[in-house]
Amino acid sequence: MVVDEVERQALDAVFHALADSTRRDIVVRTLRDEYSVSALSRLYPMTFAAVQKHVAVLERAALVTKRRSGREQLVTGNVDTVRRAARLLDQLELVWRDRMDRFGDVLAEDPNPGEPA
Amino acid sequence: MTVTSVHKDPETRTMTLTAEFAATAAGVWQLWADPRRLERWWGPPTHPATVVEHDLRPGGKVGYFVTGPDGERRTGWWHVLAVSPPDGLEFEMGDPDIQSLLVRVRIEEEPARRSRMVIVTTFPSADAMDLLIGMGFEQGLSAAVGQIDAVLA
Repeated sequence: MVVDEVERQALDAVFHALADSTRRDIVVRTLRDEYSVSALSRLYPMTFAAVQKHVAVLERAALVTKRRSGREQLVTGNVDTVRRAARLLDQLELVWRDRMDRFGDVLAEDPNPGEPA
Repeated sequence: MTVTSVHKDPETRTMTLTAEFAATAAGVWQLWADPRRLERWWGPPTHPATVVEHDLRPGGKVGYFVTGPDGERRTGWWHVLAVSPPDGLEFEMGDPDIQSLLVRVRIEEEPARRSRMVIVTTFPSADAMDLLIGMGFEQGLSAAVGQIDAVLA
């Protein structure tokens, strides 16, 4: 009910993916530039395979897309998914703001229910 | 102006919303305590709520469904943790699709038959922790997204 219209499962995958600092860093970098997986793996103190796993998690959450170019796998951040995730909290705020508006309307009709008029 | 402030704090995983109403605390309380009144504000006009169970006691449950424009129903519930009429209540709120949120409501009566209501929503679960980090991430990222917007403009 909080974020009715949002694909909840997809967002869970997004937030799981973003829970790791390396993966967040990969997203931020690949939003700006396309990186090969091997270029990314040189940035972090971990193996190529480990970075590839991180990229796979991000890919499943649609936070990045991967394409092949020769022997390279090139990674690009997906702006739309990032924006959608960032909006979740704003949506929660909106849900409650709307509720409070209606709350005020209902109260205005009957400000002191239960009391004799 | 009903809502006077909204504060989102990634550190404590909370959103704190403050609203003011021209009514006594008892009046404000009735909108939580009376299921028919609750129905009038809980769901948006496109998804009106029907409260089917309303046991506002510690350990009690409030159950409802909202009906969408296509007639589709979604259920939701509160697990009531604490109740203190007319000062406030605390409940865990969930539905089949979302991790539960902790909601704490405090109602403070002010002079001249006005009241302030403070609603604190906390993300309690491990999944919600991820959500929290997503929030921190959101802040760190807004600059990057801004740059992208500038490029696309």
